[in-house]
Amino acid sequence: MSPIRCEIVTQERVVYDQPVDIVIAPGTEGELGILPHHVPLLTALQAGILRVRAGGVEEEFAISGGFMEVLPDHVTVLARSAEHADEIDIARAEAARKRAQQLLEQGTPQDPDRYRAIEASLRRSTVRLQVARRRKREPAPMMSGEKTDL
Amino acid sequence: MATERELRKRIRSIHNIGQVTRALEAVAASRVRKAQSTVLATRPYARKAWEVLEHLAGQAGDVGQLHPLLEVRTEIKAASIILFTSDRGLCGAFNTNMVRKTLDFMDRSSVPVTLVTVGRKGRDLMIRAGRQITAEFTHIGDLPGILEITPIARTAIEDFLSRRVDMVYLAYMDFVNTLVQRPVIRRLLPLTPLDMAGQALAEHVSSVPSGRPLVAEYLYEPDASSILQEVVPRFTELQVYQAVLESQASEHSARMVAMRNATENAADLGEELTLARNNARQAGITRELLDIAGGAEALAQAMAARS
Repeated sequence: MSPIRCEIVTQERVVYDQPVDIVIAPGTEGELGILPHHVPLLTALQAGILRVRAGGVEEEFAISGGFMEVLPDHVTVLARSAEHADEIDIARAEAARKRAQQLLEQGTPQDPDRYRAIEASLRRSTVRLQVARRRKREPAPMMSGEKTDL
Repeated sequence: MATERELRKRIRSIHNIGQVTRALEAVAASRVRKAQSTVLATRPYARKAWEVLEHLAGQAGDVGQLHPLLEVRTEIKAASIILFTSDRGLCGAFNTNMVRKTLDFMDRSSVPVTLVTVGRKGRDLMIRAGRQITAEFTHIGDLPGILEITPIARTAIEDFLSRRVDMVYLAYMDFVNTLVQRPVIRRLLPLTPLDMAGQALAEHVSSVPSGRPLVAEYLYEPDASSILQEVVPRFTELQVYQAVLESQASEHSARMVAMRNATENAADLGEELTLARNNARQAGITRELLDIAGGAEALAQAMAARS
């Protein structure tokens, strides 16, 4: 099958731009896999792992929310932040996760915005750690029965 | 006339100043390039986000209903302006021009305009001009990340949503090229997806080909409004971010030009002083020779008189 071009951009930079075979993204309604010739789609994304596969090689990115435009030959991920597995600083992510967890254990903050911010930080750092750790045990095994929306 | 010694001291210090300004020019030049490439790197997101925004706005009847930040209010009672200046000086007329343009705009406006300043120089100049400042941001640093500027965007969004103001403008130095920077004032809020030209930083989205075969219909997941919830605030933040970067590119090129002039001035002054020093030295030598010759002559005459 002809590949689909996958572009991952943040407000600051282009993180990834390559032809790939499949894009697996963390949609707000659940994980979804995008193959070439997908119908046009706009979807919100949640913090999670975004995977792309090209010629049997899988690459993983930790993203923290955003949205994605899918066209038959082109996927554009507009993420709030996106990092390739190799770019993640494990120590920093671990520190951030601990800090967020501690804050939550101290009790729910009064300010709902603050609560959401802490929760988001916890989710972000957890995703980063997942991505970075999976990178270490090479090669990443394909999960069987992976759900795609096709 | 200064003595040779004084002149030599001045030449040395002018030479040192010239070296410092030359170094500053080189630093500024490399920062211009970095700021420019950083602002260019924001374009892919900006273009796509704008495209999506245009598309969503094109679908709906009343754009203002889609998202509160898209609401164009019929009655404008108050506006606010975010003024971007530098933290540091030594950049020629960069800050003065920006502040003058903003003051002019505020004085001409028919509605009250509240002022938010970014950068130490703008704040100081505005306080000296006797203006009230509702919020100030300083020490953003060179080439900040988007996270460092989101508080500025949040201030603008909150002011707009709470209806304290009905329009938010950005006043920043638009980077045209190294020699030309233009102070501009453009609208940030409300966003007007169907009127790109009126929008701040339109050049960063303007190369979207308008004749592009736009997809007639997307599937939305979960729905169009949650996409807007994400794209509208992000795009607003991005515009503030781009304004910061444009302003920094302009600041550094203004500094580069100012420093180049200073270096040239130092060289000119050095030459003039060297000439004056040579004159002084030659005059000294002549004077000494005259003294010696005069002394010898006097001695000869005295000897002749005695014999």
